Amino acid sequence: MPILNLEAPSRRFVLKASALAGGGLLLSMRLPSLARADGPTDSAAFMPNAFVKIDAAGTVTLIAPHTEVGQGIETAQAMLIGDELDVGLDQIQVQPAPPDIKKYADPLLGDQATGGSTSIRSDWTRLRQAGATARAMLVAVAAKRWAVDPQTCRVERGVIHHDPSNRSLGYGDVAADAATLPVPTDVKLKEAAEFKLIGTSAKRLDTPFKVNGSAVFGIDAKVPGMKFGTLALVPVVGGKLLGMNEAAARKVSGVRDVVRVGDEAVAVIGDHMWAAKQGLEALAPTWSAERHGGVTLQTIVAEMDKASRTQGVIAKKEGDAEASIAKAATKLSAIYELPFLSHSPMEPLNCTLHIQADKAEIWVGTQVPVRAQKAVADAAGLSPDKVTVNNLYMGGAFGRRLDIDSVAIAAKIAAQLQYPVKLVWTREEDLRHDYYRPYYYDRVSAGLDAEGRIVGWTHRVTGSSIMARWAPSAFKNGLDSDAVEGAADTPYEVPATLVDYVRHEPAGVNTGWWRGVGPTHNVFVTESFVDEIASAAGKDAVAYRRSMLGKNPRALAVLNLAAEKSGWGTALPPRCGRGVSVQFAFGSYVSCVIEVEVSTAGEILLRRATVAIDCGLTVNPDTVVAQIEGGLILGLSTAMYNQITLSAGAIDQSNFHDYRAMRINEAPKIAVHQIRNAEKPGGVGETGTAAAAPALGNAIFAATGQRLRKLPFAPGLKGA
Amino acid sequence: MKTLNINGQFHQVDVPDDMPLLWVIRDVLGMTGTKFGCGIAQCGACTVHVDGEAVRSCLYPVGTLDGKRVVTIEAVGGTPNGAKIQKAWLDREVVQCGYCQSGQIMSATALLDRIAKPTDADIDDAMSGNICRCGTYVRIRDAIHAAAEV
Ligand code: FES
Ligand code: FES
Repeated sequence: MPILNLEAPSRRFVLKASALAGGGLLLSMRLPSLARADGPTDSAAFMPNAFVKIDAAGTVTLIAPHTEVGQGIETAQAMLIGDELDVGLDQIQVQPAPPDIKKYADPLLGDQATGGSTSIRSDWTRLRQAGATARAMLVAVAAKRWAVDPQTCRVERGVIHHDPSNRSLGYGDVAADAATLPVPTDVKLKEAAEFKLIGTSAKRLDTPFKVNGSAVFGIDAKVPGMKFGTLALVPVVGGKLLGMNEAAARKVSGVRDVVRVGDEAVAVIGDHMWAAKQGLEALAPTWSAERHGGVTLQTIVAEMDKASRTQGVIAKKEGDAEASIAKAATKLSAIYELPFLSHSPMEPLNCTLHIQADKAEIWVGTQVPVRAQKAVADAAGLSPDKVTVNNLYMGGAFGRRLDIDSVAIAAKIAAQLQYPVKLVWTREEDLRHDYYRPYYYDRVSAGLDAEGRIVGWTHRVTGSSIMARWAPSAFKNGLDSDAVEGAADTPYEVPATLVDYVRHEPAGVNTGWWRGVGPTHNVFVTESFVDEIASAAGKDAVAYRRSMLGKNPRALAVLNLAAEKSGWGTALPPRCGRGVSVQFAFGSYVSCVIEVEVSTAGEILLRRATVAIDCGLTVNPDTVVAQIEGGLILGLSTAMYNQITLSAGAIDQSNFHDYRAMRINEAPKIAVHQIRNAEKPGGVGETGTAAAAPALGNAIFAATGQRLRKLPFAPGLKGA
Repeated sequence: MKTLNINGQFHQVDVPDDMPLLWVIRDVLGMTGTKFGCGIAQCGACTVHVDGEAVRSCLYPVGTLDGKRVVTIEAVGGTPNGAKIQKAWLDREVVQCGYCQSGQIMSATALLDRIAKPTDADIDDAMSGNICRCGTYVRIRDAIHAAAEV
């Protein structure tokens, strides 16, 4: 998702909006979180702000505003705070922040959320300030005790040294006194040259627990006396529960309870998941389809095609693109289509809850703890402060856990039970009740002059607005800035551009954020179409892009690096081809070259991927590489195989046999090359996913001459 | 009552014969390192060793375990190859979300138990039943080769 232009969630925020280079709106929010933490705190501990706590034993705790979904953010946040505090990473304990929007909102998202590749951009300054402020106060206490100038003290691994007098004090020794000092507001941060942790490939803090089975994911929560449940949700949106065989379910050994939530869901609770699953099978609920019973993917796409012929809301207008195209020597136009996608993280949806008359507690992995807390409070008829949220590790999310539909339904079930319950979705229920990446139906056109240069460019995006549902205050005047992100802000210089957006909500399908958000959709369309244009102009795909990047040196640099490292232009065996893509998204520049072979049977074999990235100042370079590798594989896997389809209003796919995930034997070799510089940090987690489909589609074109404008590629690709 | 030998310890459990080993391990015995991903032997998240062989516990009925030895992620580090694999995983920083990694490590350890120096094709054969949605495959392959060199 782009950086959101949200209304202030509280009057305590001071908002300042400014145009952000590359589109979107930067919302800078002065958070009160750097003021001293209020509320219940351990009285002996020093907590100069909402993010750092140091106890009398000298233990440093980071209260982490962003949550770990696999992207390595826990470690990166610890590196930011630890560097300024001058402690080792091994001396920091990480605790996910409790729901508290005032203290822990992501300033770029205006919500306590982990998403949109904003974490490092949001934390870069505030967490360093939090660490530096704490350090300054701790050093001040030591200096005062020794009656020396704080400037003459140094800190190493949490020990303050005064070398001239050969004295030292640990952070724990001065923490209690530091807690009584006023919080300074003008602490100086380190220069890049002084960083000890930031910029190193430090080992991740969570890995040791994830190789021996001891890490606790949401699904692993254990609560004394808890039972296990699983559920069936209404298969067609808006359908009704017609019947179920409760007696049969209760006869299954180990079954304890059958719970119904209106027409939304039924759940069976038992001594373990097996009893619950068997019970649900015996329960055999039947449902009606109601008004969406006639919906198929074809009916949805036909409606979108119709909508795409209407005028949209203008997202960008420079010059008169339509007139320029009308006069152009060569005209091109095309329709690109992207399917509904499921997130399917490895850990299926789940939630463990204990709801009592006057309070509730939940154990879950969520990207949005405040929303999760509210969902439980609403279902239980409690105020949010009576709901404790234990935010545990997530087995992937890819945007799925930015929504709380699962927490809400779990709470409606748990509210009917007298004991704690762990609810686990089967893979089938998870996959069939996703908030899917929207289907997009995009019309693009361009006009070229006699030399093949673009004189006009139009792009109309038609699709669902996630923003209108998820952050209505950011959906302004009919424009969803996410739906056009990457379309209204390509890296290229083009004399006349028109980008508009037609909102069209698909009947009977819920839509949500999916890794790479707007750019994963738009970079595919724009980079495929640029490739078509280069080919129509008879130009090399890299050379043609270079000719439009004269004013964008960082984009040009990643393109040149990817071209060089991939051996662009060198000979390949028959049936092989290379494709390139360039993007500026999430504040980072990325270029990707994919090399494929297409077999005579029409099978895509991924030979090699080369990625160049410039994400500015980098916290952990190895994590950057890992995120590109993983993001690219998810993007390639999806581009090759994945689409969600519907029949009679219900989702057709159900598990990994019909919603295929790339496996190790299909994964390409990947080389990631990073340009290091002192530019502002950019986001990384979603960049690889956005780069994958366009580079792959362009490679398939280079190998076969087939231009595939509809994702996924595999079904549309012809053999020999 | 059945007696199960898991990680060298004997456990008495009162569960139906057709109950998959996965749910016995997780929900009855409370050992949560072994994960649920698909329930239909498609993803490998639930992989454990039964008499040294990598199996998908989500479809393995406990009734057929009689006298067999089960090893899970919690104890695989006690075997020479399990320890090598875990170390290589840490050295190469393989893990992202980590949810698939118990299963990946169980499959990789069983591979090294069978083939001391696996080729890329051996790795493809042994590991293609384990999905990683985070896409850690490049590093999994490197780490297996590295572990085999120790
Ligand atoms: S849970 Fe057993 S293979 Fe997926
Ligand atoms: S590390 Fe997340 S699924 Fe493999």
